[in-house]
Amino acid sequence: MPSQPAPQTNSGPIVSMRGITKAFPGVLANDALDFDIYASEIHALLGENGAGKSTLMKILYGFYRCDYGVIKLNGQPVAIQTPHAARLHQIGMVFQDFSLIPALSVAENIALFLPHLPAVLNVKKIDRRILEVSQHYDLQVNPRALVSQLSIGEQQKVEILKLLLAEARLLILDEPTRVLAPHEVEALFKVLDSLRRDGYAIVLITHKMKEVLECADRITVLRAGRLAGTILRSEAREDNLVALMFEKKLSVLQVDRKRDISESDVPLLELRAAWTRPAGLTPVLKDILLKVHPGEIVGVAGVSGNGQKELGDLALGMLKCVRGRKFLFGMDSTNRSIQQVRRSGVGFIPENPLSMAIAPFMTVLQNMALTRTWRYARAGGLRMDWKAVKDDAERTMQALEFSFPLYVPARSLSGGNLQRMVIVREMSQEPRLIIASYLTRGLDVQSTIAARQALVQARDNGAGILLISEDLEELFTLSDRLIVLFGGSIVGSFAPEDTNVYEVGHLMTGSEGQHVKNR
Amino acid sequence: MSKIAEVITRFPVFRKKALQTVVHYLLMILFAFLMFGLILFIAGKDPLQSYKDIFTSTLGSAYGFSEVIVAMIPMLITALAVALPFRVGLINIGGEGQLYIGAAFATFGALTFPNLPAWLLLPLMALLGMVGGALWAFIPGYLKSIGLVNETITSLLLNSVAPKIIGFLILGFWHAPRDTIRTPNFGTSALLPTFFGTRIHLGLVFGLGLLIVFWLVMKYTRWGLEMRAIGSNPQAAKRNGIPLSRYLVIIMCAGGAIAGLAGMVQVSGFYGTLFLNFSISLGFMGFMICWLAGGDPLGIVLMAFVVSVIYSGGNLLQLTRDLPFAVINILLAFTLFIVLARPAFFKGRKS
Amino acid sequence: MTLLSILGVLSSAIFSGTSLLFTTLGEVIDERAGIVNLGLEGVLLVSASSGFAVTYLSGNPYLGILVSILAGGLMNMILGYLVITRKANQLASGLALMFFGFGLSALIGKPFVGEKIHSLTRYVLPGTAGLPLLYTSLFKFDILIYLVIPAAILVWWLLYRTRWGLGVRAVGENADTAFASGRNPHLIRYQALFAGGMLVGLGAAHLTIAFTMNWTEYMTAGRGFIAVALVIFSKWHPLRAIAGALVFSGAVAFQLLLQSSGVQVSPFLLDTLPYILTLVVLIAWGGNRKHSAPGSLGRVYQGSE
Repeated sequence: MPSQPAPQTNSGPIVSMRGITKAFPGVLANDALDFDIYASEIHALLGENGAGKSTLMKILYGFYRCDYGVIKLNGQPVAIQTPHAARLHQIGMVFQDFSLIPALSVAENIALFLPHLPAVLNVKKIDRRILEVSQHYDLQVNPRALVSQLSIGEQQKVEILKLLLAEARLLILDEPTRVLAPHEVEALFKVLDSLRRDGYAIVLITHKMKEVLECADRITVLRAGRLAGTILRSEAREDNLVALMFEKKLSVLQVDRKRDISESDVPLLELRAAWTRPAGLTPVLKDILLKVHPGEIVGVAGVSGNGQKELGDLALGMLKCVRGRKFLFGMDSTNRSIQQVRRSGVGFIPENPLSMAIAPFMTVLQNMALTRTWRYARAGGLRMDWKAVKDDAERTMQALEFSFPLYVPARSLSGGNLQRMVIVREMSQEPRLIIASYLTRGLDVQSTIAARQALVQARDNGAGILLISEDLEELFTLSDRLIVLFGGSIVGSFAPEDTNVYEVGHLMTGSEGQHVKNR
Repeated sequence: MSKIAEVITRFPVFRKKALQTVVHYLLMILFAFLMFGLILFIAGKDPLQSYKDIFTSTLGSAYGFSEVIVAMIPMLITALAVALPFRVGLINIGGEGQLYIGAAFATFGALTFPNLPAWLLLPLMALLGMVGGALWAFIPGYLKSIGLVNETITSLLLNSVAPKIIGFLILGFWHAPRDTIRTPNFGTSALLPTFFGTRIHLGLVFGLGLLIVFWLVMKYTRWGLEMRAIGSNPQAAKRNGIPLSRYLVIIMCAGGAIAGLAGMVQVSGFYGTLFLNFSISLGFMGFMICWLAGGDPLGIVLMAFVVSVIYSGGNLLQLTRDLPFAVINILLAFTLFIVLARPAFFKGRKS
Repeated sequence: MTLLSILGVLSSAIFSGTSLLFTTLGEVIDERAGIVNLGLEGVLLVSASSGFAVTYLSGNPYLGILVSILAGGLMNMILGYLVITRKANQLASGLALMFFGFGLSALIGKPFVGEKIHSLTRYVLPGTAGLPLLYTSLFKFDILIYLVIPAAILVWWLLYRTRWGLGVRAVGENADTAFASGRNPHLIRYQALFAGGMLVGLGAAHLTIAFTMNWTEYMTAGRGFIAVALVIFSKWHPLRAIAGALVFSGAVAFQLLLQSSGVQVSPFLLDTLPYILTLVVLIAWGGNRKHSAPGSLGRVYQGSE
């Protein structure tokens, strides 16, 4: 392993991680990673979702235990078993979904995590200490206020104060700017800067290029669990960072593209200037203009967490837009129920089948009937025609060459089989519009090809597909048109042959590449 | 305990699921009886003789047995009132109040239309009872659906309000000429008919009938399928197009209606009059029976039977062993504790 | 409506409300830790019967009070075992505890029905000694009554000014976050249940030993459920519970007052007022911060993965 470039400093790293390997069922999250953190530096950990950034830091914070590898603090090997132990080692972490208690005050939330809290609380002293630190680092917040009354930006300040008052010297921030407004991002960077000058070490987990270039001292890029490279800020540019983040792969599946999509066709799905309501920490969709025509696959690229789930839910009707309108098959469907949407011929393959699509304790066959109970009901609902359910399911299973048991409880299926089950269920109703999120996640190569072929076949038969995916290869091979989602907005839209992985990569990470075509 | 489990599962016949369940229940009950026997012993009473008394009085004679059935009737219905909402993930702890209000509505029918023939009056009273119960369940259900208040809290509060409303109605409007805590006896057309010279009344048919219907609906119909989907994963059910909020409100009201029917059954079939605090925790008993049975209709029948035997036995203990009737609650409580504590041997029922 | 009758209502409310307040304070602690105890009725009965029995047998009311306190703590430990260690449903477990309390208290109390005991001495309210006998007799309180408001303040201090109280409230709001801060939610819940149970036992002691001075079956007459409603009415805050207890226990005496002054309102309807008020209060405050109930109230903490 070539040694990583170190910042200009005399002492060694305060944290040194070597050979960190962590596997979860089905995925190798961290593959022999090396990582150093020095005092007085902001070290950015850059990469797509699934690259392994959060996992690596959660191992350092004691949330996970690595399978192999060594962690050294100030040269001494340590075993960090729990977050509590990490905090005793002066390591603190702010998670994406904050760990604050809304009903308690700012001071109480901070006091909860103070290492040497006396048995009788000295409220005045705690308040004073909070005011001292918050003033010093411009993290102004009212200690007596209840967390539920604070804005997201203020809550983040409390999270940081929590770490500072708990005497952390290393601060890990996981995607801190995800829910901040631009001016709040600026303020955050100023705070980080002054912390760095006071000797704190900061790790910034992010997928956003701009921020990395603005405030990081060193940048480590992870890709698919492996270390892609570490570079100093002085040598970093958007181009080489994007090159490290996204690897150009060869297509395995050649797909003929149908050329003649007539714009005069009535779009199957149309979103006009659609906005969703802000709700806590979830992304808000802003001013979405989107059309899916019959016989067209529209791919949606982007790092997970930028509004993909919300887009799928909006199309289905699980989320309603607060501004703008939604049209399905040419008719205004802004307020239609999910049942009505599905009945009109819409299929939905969600990103997490177990929690979003199936009833775990019912059998697979019973789950097959859930999206169209009206179709299989006989005698006014008194009876269900299970034979018809089985026939429909088996027909589609044969066509896709998927195979899974029908009479076992759904939750006993593996992740891959669950995905297959949902695909079969949605496809067997021959929908005119398919909303597919992370279609091939968890599938083996054969099933992946089969699922993609099914999608293409549906398209060739006149269906329209909204394909949300993180897999750029998949998007480039299958899409007729490609849009990029970042921060809840569509930041790019083109035909795949007019762009390349790097340009899309730029857009996914919020930086601007050379050619950005808008519609 | 787990050693016994190992031994038992070695016999092939014991692997059959249904049989296993029955054996589980029997063993739980046996354990509870043992513990209660211990308490009796400590209290200076002869446990064996006491149990003998209990069983001869309840199961030994036809009349004793019929009394057990009579006690069972309202519990079948109140347990169902909890089991139905439970299928869609709702916890109906308001049965006590729904029972009272249902009884009040039914009493209104009995007192206002005393001259109607029974075949008209009784269905009317049943309908009124269900309307009353549904109304009482609608309040917490509605408040929950608009996101204002937790339905458990509302139901508990309304439980305490309902008996007082009964008192108000009796005292203010309905009371018998010389008695301010009860209404006059209902006319014969307002009483549910009894069978075979015992006190077993038509309510038994209601109870068993409803349980059978419940079982059929859940197992075969489209609505049962959708309800089970909601209970299994409400968010997924919603995404699959099942109208979630509509089901929740309707089922909550249905649960209330059933509890209200239990109220009607008690005043019309058992007491023949309405009086203060006539429910000896029937609503809560139904809740407990539903829990013991894991919401399963057959289990409800079994558990209601067991609880009735215990309570009927308690009557006799009071007479012969000089123990207050309330003491029998200890036996009941032990049974409940054991099921709730779910010792490793009794695993399997995932409520 | 004379001053005397108003004072009479107040006195009656104070006498009957003291046990209610102690019970409510205990339940406030429990619910703040996230556990709702539907079995309060049973806990009260067992504490009362055992306290009464010991008082009769020993002739010493203070011993009886001590036993009551202990009994309350122990009864709550049964609930704790079921709900915390066995992860059983809180509502069902509470009800089971209630039935157990019905039976056990009847067994314990049976030999003592109708007996008389040495009760607590009553002291005239300081500063009223000079008033005519009619008035001072209304305000002769036993020591537990004098202690109840300090007890409420103590509970407030415990919950809001100590490290332990902060942990209790954190567990009650979000057990995962409490765990992340290095605390043991199971242990804290057990501690809260025991402390709360002791207060409930104290309430039971006042009821039998100081107030009614006798024992009968089911003598608590729904006080357990009233306390659960009162906790909600006070928005889980010990100091507001003081006012609530006065309102709730005053309703009964108040209706007598109304009747004597010629206002005809059904006593039953008046009895519903506290509950209706609680409901109204809940709905009115429901718009904000999720009706101020502790976040994890009623849910079973599953423990870390």
